[in-house]
This record gives sequence, C-alpha cells and structure tokens, in this order.
Amino acid sequence: MTAVLHNPVFREPESMSGATREIEFRDALREAMSEEMRRDKRVFLLGEEVAQYDGAYKVSKGMLAEFGARRIVDTPISESGFAGMAIGAASMGLRPIVEFMSWSFSLVAADPILNNAPKMLYMSGGQLGCPIVFRGNDGAGGQLGSTHSWAVEGLFSNVPGVKIVIPSCPADAKGLLKTAIRDDDPVFFLESERLLSIKGHVPEGEYLIPFGHAAIRRAGKDCTITAWGRPVAFALEAAEILAKEGIDCEVIDLRTIRPLDLPTVVQSVRKTSCAVVVDQSWSFASPGSELAAQIHKHCFDDLDNFVHRVHSDDVPTPYSSKLEQEYLPNVRKICEAVRSATYRA
Amino acid sequence: MTHSMAPTNTSSPTQTGGPRRLPSLPPATLVKWLRELHLIREFEVRCMQSYQEKKIGGFCHVYIGQEAIAVGCTAAVRPEDPIVTAYRDHGHALARGMTARACMAEMFGKIDGCAKGKGGSMHMFDRPNNLYGGHGIVGAQTPLGTGLAFATKYEDEVLNDGKNRRVTLCFLGDGAVNQGAFYETMNLAGLFDIPVIFIVENNGYSMGTAINRGTTMSHDLCIKGRAHGLKEATIDGMDLLAVYHDMHALAEWCREHSRPAIVDMKCYRYKGHSMSDPRKYRTREEEERHEANDPIGKFERVLLDHGVVNEGSIKEIMTSCREEVRDAVQFSNENAEPPMSDLYTDVFVEPWGRFPGSSQPTFTGGADNVCTFRATDGKEGLV
Repeated sequence: MTAVLHNPVFREPESMSGATREIEFRDALREAMSEEMRRDKRVFLLGEEVAQYDGAYKVSKGMLAEFGARRIVDTPISESGFAGMAIGAASMGLRPIVEFMSWSFSLVAADPILNNAPKMLYMSGGQLGCPIVFRGNDGAGGQLGSTHSWAVEGLFSNVPGVKIVIPSCPADAKGLLKTAIRDDDPVFFLESERLLSIKGHVPEGEYLIPFGHAAIRRAGKDCTITAWGRPVAFALEAAEILAKEGIDCEVIDLRTIRPLDLPTVVQSVRKTSCAVVVDQSWSFASPGSELAAQIHKHCFDDLDNFVHRVHSDDVPTPYSSKLEQEYLPNVRKICEAVRSATYRA
Repeated sequence: MTHSMAPTNTSSPTQTGGPRRLPSLPPATLVKWLRELHLIREFEVRCMQSYQEKKIGGFCHVYIGQEAIAVGCTAAVRPEDPIVTAYRDHGHALARGMTARACMAEMFGKIDGCAKGKGGSMHMFDRPNNLYGGHGIVGAQTPLGTGLAFATKYEDEVLNDGKNRRVTLCFLGDGAVNQGAFYETMNLAGLFDIPVIFIVENNGYSMGTAINRGTTMSHDLCIKGRAHGLKEATIDGMDLLAVYHDMHALAEWCREHSRPAIVDMKCYRYKGHSMSDPRKYRTREEEERHEANDPIGKFERVLLDHGVVNEGSIKEIMTSCREEVRDAVQFSNENAEPPMSDLYTDVFVEPWGRFPGSSQPTFTGGADNVCTFRATDGKEGLV
C-alpha cells in the first residue's frame, strides 16, 4: 500500500501493517459496514435502493441477503423523512448508517442533518447523543451537471458538532468507516463516485483509522500540498510532474477535515516554508480557506509566500466534459499553484 | 411489512365522553390529573410574568388552554413510551414528570435547568422521563418521533428477546401539517408499520393564520393521514376524560398492531402564539367563547359532581401548585448561571472519536478549536 509516514503526534495503528489484498473502494466500504453490523446489532443501513437493488452504486451488494430486511432498509425517495427518522432512532441508542445516493440529495434533508443531528447533544445539555453515519457520493461524479455535483464539505464543514471524513483510497475508506460507525457523534462520510471502482491494497485483518490523523502520502522538502478525498490523486500526480522540474513536494492527505490534524500540516509547512491547499469545494468560505487561515496563523514567520489555494472554479458545475475538467481542481492548476508559491512560475 | 390494517375512524362522541366513563378511574388518579392541570396553568402564568420581567429571554410559547392534552395523553400511555413535541413544550415536560424547578430554571438559562441552560423554552429534554424534546423548527419533530418509534420496534425485532411494544407520541401543531417533512414521515410510518401517534394539537391558529387560511380540508385533519393508511381519531382536546379514554384506546391499538395513527385534537390556544403576539387576528368574543369551555373548569365540575373533590380540596390543590411554581421561580432566580466552560461542553461525546492509538490528543476548546490541542503523552503538538 501507499507508504504512510508516522507523524509525531499520532501513531498509525499497528494492524495496518501485514498482509493485504487488492479490492475496490466500494468493496472496502461494504466490508466496513458488514463487519460492524456483525459486531453490533444496533447498526443498520437505510437509504434509497440499498436493499433489493443491491445499492445504486453496488456498495451494499449482498448485504440484504446476509442481514435481512430489518437491518438493510429500502426507503422511498424522502431524504428529509428518512434522515430525520434515523436521527430519532440514533437518539434512542441505535447506530444507523444512512446512505444518500448522492450528497447532493442531502440538501433536501438539511434541517434534520444540520439542525438535529449535530445539535441534539448540546441542546439537551448532554442527555441525548446522535451516533449516526451519513454517507454517499460527494463532488463531481462526471458530467452530472450542477445539481448533482455538490461538494457539500464547503457547506457542512461550517457547522459545529459534525465530524467530516473524506477518504481518498480503499484502505482509508474501510478503516475510517469502521471508526465512523463506532463513533458516538454524527459523522458525515463523503465518498466519490469517481473513486468507487478504483482498487487499492487493503489489510487482511481488522483495523480502524483514527479521526484527526492525516497521512503523508509523499515526502518532500520544497512545498507542502494538502488535499483530501479525490484531489489527493491529482496532488500526487502533480508532485511527480513538479519533481521533474526540481520542485520536491510533500503531499498530505487530511482524511478528516473535522477534526483537523493541523499539527501534521504545520510541521510540514515549517519544513518546506511553502503551502498549497487543494479543495474541490468552491473557494469562498470553504475548508480550504479555513486551512489557509490556520496555516497563516501558525506558520506566519515560516512562510516564504502566502498560502496558495486550488479549488473548483466559482461557477455552477458545467455538464461539458471539457469544461468540467477545467472547473475541477486538476493537475494543471495544482502545478501552476505550486510553481507560483515557490516563485518558479 | 404488512399493510393489512385498513384505517378505521375511532372518532368519539366526546361531548358525552367524560362523566359517563369516570367511575372506572381511581379517585387518587383523578386528583393527580387535576393537580397537573393546575400546575401547568400556574406555571405558564408565572412564565408570562417572568418573561415580562425579562427573566426569560428568546421566544416563549405558553400552553394555557391546552393543558388537558398533555396531561391526558401522557396518562394514557406508559412512562417508557417515548414522547416528542414542538416548541410549545412546557406542559408536556411537566406532565411527563420534569420538575417545575428544572423546567423554569431552563427558561431562566440557569445551570440546573433540564438542559443546563443550553436549550431554553423551546427545547425541553428529559431523558429519564423519555421526553425527547422540545423542537423549535415546525414539523421537524415528526421524522424524529417516527425514528423513536422505529427504534422501539427495532429493539423488539432485532435486539431483544421479549417484546416491549412501546408506542411513541409525537405532538405537533396544526401549522405543522403543512410541512413537507410531515408527509414524508406519515408515508414512512405507514410503510414500515411504525407504532407512532401523530397528535395534532389543533388550536386553530398557526401563529396568526387561522387554520382555514393556511390548510385545505381543515375541518378534518385526519384526512391528512388517510392517504398513508394511518388510523384516525378526532378528540375534544378540551375534555381531559375524552383525551384520556380515546388516547388510551388508540395507543393500545397502535401498540398491539404496530401501526401509526393521526389524531385531530381539537383545542384552543388562549394566549398569543408567543409572548410578542397581540392577537389582532381574532376577536375577544371568540376567545371568551372558548374560555367558557375551559378544560380545568370542566374537569373540576365532573369531579365535584362525583364527589371526588370539594371546593376546599380544589383550593388546597391550587395553593399547593402556586407554592410549587413560586418555589420554582425563586429557585431559578437564585440558581447559578452556567459556567463559561459549559460553552464548550456537549458539542461532541468525544471530539477526536474512539482513537485506537496510544497518543490521544486533548481537546482544549476555544474559538478556533480546530487547531488547539495537545497530545496526552506529552509529544509535541500545537498548544
């Protein structure tokens, strides 16, 4: 699997080492859910087409056969209704996994997922928690047009009380989803339709990946590129191109943006004196702008340049394949940002 | 999933419902209910007073006129049956067993309030008494209530050996029947055979909008549930005995059949929508007509007629309630404000999750808490 360097604050679980096999991202998600459902009968899955259809994206394939209709629950197209219902069940102590076919569809459930799940514990003075996982496809899936291409982390990371997980590879998808299901707080788990079919090495044995624990995907000394989710692959590709130009990039995969592993980023930026943040949500008031502000605060005397940011362009997501590629935080934009940040432009 | 239960209208002739069925109930129970009615009304009167004295902030919605519903419905079910309601929630909290002190202190924003002063008037939570809020967004509690009932059913079918067969009461106002979430919820409840009762406290007004100005087919709100196969009941919410008997029968049916129901609970809100409402949208004559049908006076007359209470014992009950609420106000006045550190608690059960490694960071809060933490094992991190 991809080399993961240890950072000084956190330690990678030891069970991550050892034998692995290659499976798809969607298989990793299914393994995580199935293992946790075998372990804890309070865990159940609900959503549109998760049961008889085997999942709109085949993530839950075969789960109805193993767990039955009481625990793999097909819902009608009623995001507000079934998200709210799952939150009510979670406040009673069950541990629902809610699949949104797309996070874009979660917007019609904004009231329950933003007003109830993250605030229940606080507003009840600690009496009622909400151990729930919302998961589904986030970001541009490929020519789906603007309404279906939301990168909801741009909206939802503003809300206190939620944990936001955005895995970039199958091994992380499994380990982070297992942690999410065991977590006692609401977790927004953001997958990508474009990643579901990618294969990666996943450990044979059981493992969990802690939240707030970034992975350094590539070590480097000239510039720190921080990304999460699908753009991590773009950042790594850009780093290879830039290496040929003599710019040695360190690529950090945050894995969770709430909680945020800032120490790993800051330690890296203090070494490289240069930072580029890659975020597939829009730039205005985004996780990327927050991270840039935090880097400026903590690395003010270390930076040789201001923090450069690469986002999706500030327009609705276009349908045209050519325009969509240009709109996303792609390899070319990342290369340009790094060259500019390192004064090599 | 079964869909065999055809909706049945259990509409009762509620005008005749009260005295006829009185003898089946122990006198001590009847007196307890009378005391709860008086306690809620006295509590709400003192709430209004405290609001005017600016002891209570924000929005405050009083329950005067609707007391028989909270008292009758909670009496009709078991203590372990979950209850969830909207923002006019003081009466439900008290009827469910929350102390007047905890309820009043919450509104005063004090530390011994039911939610440590973090919820306020609209967000009464009482987990030991199975009250799951107090929810401020109109209709938002309807999917939550269905989820509570889903959980009780799941416990029976997946987790437990025996069956508890709990039924959930989900209260809403007549304004909430026009929220989309409510229709999604009724469909889910019907589809999944969920034992939840949607009790529409139909006081005739959503804020200042009379029901016929905002709701189609407003003469019978049970129609709203018919498309989803819900069992129906229309109940006179100004008659405690009708509420109790009809709700008890309905709850037992829902419990036994694991099916949802809708109740058009006809009532009247004596006061404004909230404390800032001058009630210019209706006449004093209309208000007086309904106040003449007062649920407390009506219940008292029944008890007097049957010799369960006398003028003296009613006076004692009222005095005792007045004393209890006076104590609650005094307690809330003197109770401490929450410490500043409470601002940062109860955001997460565990901010960093269940960390399986050896160097768990410590969350230290603060305005930019995304970055201020340190490792418990002393390794270097940002502080």
